Amino acid sequence: MDLNFTPDELAFRDEVRSFLRAKLPPEISHKVHGGKRLEKDDFVRWQKILHAKGWGAASWPINHGGTGWTAVQQHIFDEECADAGAPMQLPFGLKMVAPVIMAFGNPAQQARFLPRIVDGTDWWCQGYSEPGSGSDLASLKTRAVREGDHYVVNGQKTWNTLGQYADWIFCLVRTSTEGRQQEGISFLLIDMKTPGITVRPIIMMDGEHEINEVWFEDVKVPVENLIGEENKGWTYAKFLLGHERTGIAGVGRSKRELKKLKAIARREPGDGKPLIEDPRFRDRIAQVELELMALEITNLRVISAEGEKKRAPGPEASILKIKGSEIQQMLTELQMQALGHYALPYLHEALDAAWPGDPLMADYADDAAPLSGHYFNVRKTTIYGGSNEIQKNIISQMILGL
Amino acid sequence: MDFNYTEEQLALQDTLRRFIAKDYGFEHRRAMAKSADGFDREAWKTYADFGILALPFPEDFGGISEHGGNAVDTMLVMEMLGRGLALEPYLSTVVLCGGLIRDAGSAEQKQALLPDLGAGELMLALAHFEPGNRYALDQVATTATAHHAGWTLDGSKAVVLAAPSADKLIVSARDGLGLSLFLVDAKAPGIKLRSYPTQDGARAADIKFSAVQVGPEALLGPAGGALALIERAVDQANAALCAEAVGIMAALNEVTLEYLKTRKQFGVPIGKFQALQHRMADMVIATEQARSMAILAAVRADDADAGERHRALAAAKAYVMQSARTVGQQAVQLHGGMGVTDELNVGHYFKRLTMIGLTFGDLDYHLGRFSDTLLAA
Repeated sequence: MDLNFTPDELAFRDEVRSFLRAKLPPEISHKVHGGKRLEKDDFVRWQKILHAKGWGAASWPINHGGTGWTAVQQHIFDEECADAGAPMQLPFGLKMVAPVIMAFGNPAQQARFLPRIVDGTDWWCQGYSEPGSGSDLASLKTRAVREGDHYVVNGQKTWNTLGQYADWIFCLVRTSTEGRQQEGISFLLIDMKTPGITVRPIIMMDGEHEINEVWFEDVKVPVENLIGEENKGWTYAKFLLGHERTGIAGVGRSKRELKKLKAIARREPGDGKPLIEDPRFRDRIAQVELELMALEITNLRVISAEGEKKRAPGPEASILKIKGSEIQQMLTELQMQALGHYALPYLHEALDAAWPGDPLMADYADDAAPLSGHYFNVRKTTIYGGSNEIQKNIISQMILGL
Repeated sequence: MDFNYTEEQLALQDTLRRFIAKDYGFEHRRAMAKSADGFDREAWKTYADFGILALPFPEDFGGISEHGGNAVDTMLVMEMLGRGLALEPYLSTVVLCGGLIRDAGSAEQKQALLPDLGAGELMLALAHFEPGNRYALDQVATTATAHHAGWTLDGSKAVVLAAPSADKLIVSARDGLGLSLFLVDAKAPGIKLRSYPTQDGARAADIKFSAVQVGPEALLGPAGGALALIERAVDQANAALCAEAVGIMAALNEVTLEYLKTRKQFGVPIGKFQALQHRMADMVIATEQARSMAILAAVRADDADAGERHRALAAAKAYVMQSARTVGQQAVQLHGGMGVTDELNVGHYFKRLTMIGLTFGDLDYHLGRFSDTLLAA
């Protein structure tokens, strides 16, 4: 039992730091630190830079083009990337569909899809939720009917994140209405350029276009894009959700946001002295920092145990999801609260990295402008990836046997 | 980083777990709490046989390993003692006083005391906190007046844990140089104890020292240099209390889960109700997070850097106490009427958890200390 980094781990951290100093484009880290909008090109560019170094897929095994890093190395990498202001590597390809393809896909699918995920060629998105199937995901109705060497897909997916940029979508589709509803679901990979697919934006309450509805109208999908066996998709979906939840802990990003919160609280005036000197506000920061300290260790305990047993994340990942999402929300709430009056202005243009600020406003309004929007945006975290109430059901049923 | 226990640690954990399950059941514990001593002297001998009374001491002074065990070893022991709601004064004798003698004692003092302590033949208590001073460690009014043959101690000490069974006391007092520690025979003339049981079934006492005479050999550590030693000992005691609390929370979760599966109302086990399932899930989450912080506490408790150690211990104690409140209160609530009875173990676990939360700094005290470190950074 030792929470200190070994000399090897410290050397690895130095290596990651110097890589980030040399290779992370400052115009991208400026956006991340300033809470500005990231464009598709920012994500893709960063993925290609990581891939060139051989670090495109930190969590993958070496034989699939990953790093083969230990859980602790991955943790160090995540934390350093977040701290330096690297864009989050979006999970849809790397952490969601890729582990499914590795575990359940055939060699041809692995050879076709995995290299294009790690090198940043393909942008993936997720087709899970439907208007009538949210928490009760297994009730989904999007149909895939086998006709010769194709499936014909009809239906509607929703809450699809950044699908407006996507090359591919992985979908849960109904291939049977016999038996339990979980037993008629299949896992299909669909090219977003296929005729019959329509992507319609859903604007979130921060005014941003981050999610979509995706409509399928007689979309022809070759049968070789089926993962595993027909009607076994629910098993793969649950496997995937376990992977999604570990990433959701978001410890590195929350540590960065905590740092930012402290910086704001030191800068903001509160009754004639810096806000951080107000013990009432300071204690709120302290409370969330305690939660994050505990989560960091819990996260390492869970992923280390998984690494040793060589198994996929289990229901313990639900604990990480619940705590991680709550912490992200607390941090944005306090960042917003710290701004006082300047939490009010809605300056949508301030999300644009090119916005020059306004000489008539206080000089920090530029930095402050995105923060309230961020608070409104991250209300999503306790809802997506299986709402926190669903996570508690999973803990009750899978861990506790209730 | 490494989240595994060694083979030796796992073996020790297993030994203690079996002892608690087989020989330290709830009814036995209840009888011991009502006995004159308030704990089980046979169990104390067994602890000596297991080697845990000498755990933190180097081999030369009766310990079982060359340099003595670390705070992670203590964490393992305390977690198991928590599970069993063990009444024996392990915290006072081994962690607090044993730790002070190990860190501050002269070679002669260590040789004279630690082997006996490890063999279960010597019990100790730390008389430091005073009436009206709450949790501050530097507020001591008790005086040590130097004279040609030693010192004269005068003053009052509050709620000295395990004092009634102690053979010797370690007493903090102010001399001309500052705060010092003195080893005093508990039966020395001029010492008066008002002993009482504590809410959790253990024993403590308020103590009055009136012109108590001690010789030069009584000084433990440098004259005037006790505060840093006390701070370190209390940090280590708080790490131990965090581990004990986690042991109790784990045990409470087990009995509560069992109750949810067996107690039927409306024709079904009450664990079928989602409102109760989610509370149980909250208890599990709180316990896992608390366990992480107890690990942090143990790993940092041996840190020589006092600043980093204080910060980690304040964080851990505050967080564990907050989790303990959640788990303890919900465990009682989920047991319904049975939860508030003396008959069931749940109430006893809850009382001990609650008292841990008031020992050596409560939630607000530790949260405040942690919060104040944000000003420095």
